[in-house]
Amino acid sequence: MTTTQAPPRVSGDGPGRGGGRRGRHDRLPGVGAGEKAVGLINGGFLLLWGLITALPLLWAILSSFKTNGEFRVDPLGLPSGVEWDNFSRAWSAANIGQYFLNSVIVVSISLTLTMLFGAMGAYVLARYDFPGNRFVYYLFVGGLILPVFLALVPMFFVVRNLGSLPVIGQFLGLNSYLSLALVYVAFSMPFTVFFLTAFFRTLPNSVAEAGIMDGCSHFSLFWKVMLPMARPGMISLALFNFLGHWNQYVLPLVIMQDGDKRVLAQGLGTLAANTGFRADWTALFAGLVIALLPVLIVYIIFQKQVQAGLTAGVLK
Amino acid sequence: MNMRHGKYPFILAFLLPPVGIYAIYMLSPYVQAIYISMTDWSGLTAAQTFIGFDNYVEMWNDDQLRKALWNNLILVLVVPVLTLLLGLFFASMLNVGGRNRGGAVTGVRGSSIYKVVYFFPQVLSVAIIGIVFKYVFAPENAGGILNRVLGAVGLDGLQRLWLAEPNYLIWIIVLVMTWSFVGFYVVLFSAAMQSIPRDIYEAALLDGSSRLTTFRKITVPLVWDTVQVGWVYMAIQAMDGFATVHIMLGINGGVEGAGDVLGVAMYREAFAEADFGYAAAIGVLMLVLTMVVAVVFMRGLRRERVELA
Repeated sequence: MTTTQAPPRVSGDGPGRGGGRRGRHDRLPGVGAGEKAVGLINGGFLLLWGLITALPLLWAILSSFKTNGEFRVDPLGLPSGVEWDNFSRAWSAANIGQYFLNSVIVVSISLTLTMLFGAMGAYVLARYDFPGNRFVYYLFVGGLILPVFLALVPMFFVVRNLGSLPVIGQFLGLNSYLSLALVYVAFSMPFTVFFLTAFFRTLPNSVAEAGIMDGCSHFSLFWKVMLPMARPGMISLALFNFLGHWNQYVLPLVIMQDGDKRVLAQGLGTLAANTGFRADWTALFAGLVIALLPVLIVYIIFQKQVQAGLTAGVLK
Repeated sequence: MNMRHGKYPFILAFLLPPVGIYAIYMLSPYVQAIYISMTDWSGLTAAQTFIGFDNYVEMWNDDQLRKALWNNLILVLVVPVLTLLLGLFFASMLNVGGRNRGGAVTGVRGSSIYKVVYFFPQVLSVAIIGIVFKYVFAPENAGGILNRVLGAVGLDGLQRLWLAEPNYLIWIIVLVMTWSFVGFYVVLFSAAMQSIPRDIYEAALLDGSSRLTTFRKITVPLVWDTVQVGWVYMAIQAMDGFATVHIMLGINGGVEGAGDVLGVAMYREAFAEADFGYAAAIGVLMLVLTMVVAVVFMRGLRRERVELA
């Protein structure tokens, strides 16, 4: 596949393109020997980009298996064995374990609330007529074009001030899991409501009417009938939000300024900034791998839905 | 619906949590930002004096900010163009680049594997991407795989201390951002290309059209709508660059601040220099720029739509 000058009469299955019987090819315009060469060149480009994409990441993963000595002497070489100690140093000494736990806590809260509140809002906006419906809808959707950065400074103070409220303040100030989760929920609302409103609109009326005939209340109609029907939309959106929340970098940087409350992406950033002084590169890469694993697992299992879910954001 | 009973309490109960959280944590900060940008608030004390447009005047005379603005413009102009070209190129090769045994246009073999690999950076945290590339461009004694690879293939002359060279910094950021965006657009454009009827390509093949002609005259016009939407989205993404710069180059935007971008400048002014008023003004500048970019990009690519009857 790396060959770019294909001999004109090459036969068989060229990798990267459907090869075939030479005799038939030659009779068709645009499928002759020249085409075959072009096909191989194309395949070469595709492979090249594949390598450019995969190699830096593979290199990071391989580096997490090395000893620091191996990493310094031969950063491109293969590790001689798996240095598990990197992972335990990353997990405890470099605090990645704590950051991981923080991320899990924050994302569990934020993802649950985002999906629940997003579905509730979207459902009402999609299926109930009431004065102000359009206004609330556009209030949410308008948020899609606002850059996060403009909100950062005042958001910091909003959260800090909420922290001085009586009773509930202790849960809502800076460096609180709940605060960060609520900030994620707020920033996920525009797209979640936008997407789910469109989705709830497509659900058939007949089922809802049957539910009403059976004497469902508004609440049980939503909970027992409409929400289960919205499952496909909910799943792609939950994946979208999971990745967004898990990978978030700038919002936690503002809210979680206390070292022990950092989330994973943020903690890795700090670790990377200090690694040079500590000369412990392989623990950093082990930390990267730990951070990468949940995302990799989700991506491999839900590969089709992730691609569809993320690109849908642009197409809608 | 004949469920009049309890309709409004239900609507209120369902709207209150999402609207409440959204209003407190997202909308109210945006509204306050405009006011804060007209004060001299340090953020450390409660004292804030209204100073009108002084922060905006200061921005005009701030050389470092001008540098950051210039870098943002480079990101906004170069990253989308590179990403778009590469995305269209790879997507067309994956989806209509193959020729099956009858000579018909097909996707190339293994295209779904390519899509999985290409798309992967999109699901990664920018923090991870930033760290990996910090080491790709590092000096040889600290990882530095790019220099190692150049050395290994005999191109020692091209070895550089990449991240110590002010002129390179923003271009390195351009490369890293493009790297992480391309796969997303390959998948996006692939979806659009899948819906192009195959017989159009067969007709073009019988007419003896080359791949390039087919690409220019058939593929591109028929996915143009998607390109347009993707282009705007991409420009808005490219306006950011915060995490990449913050992690690869640090809070000062690298050597001599040469890789600074507006997001990093804003974060620095607020949380390192304790000048929240000025930081908020930079935020407002970013809002204006984002809107201008969105409008310009939407207009820039407008072109005759091709309708498939």
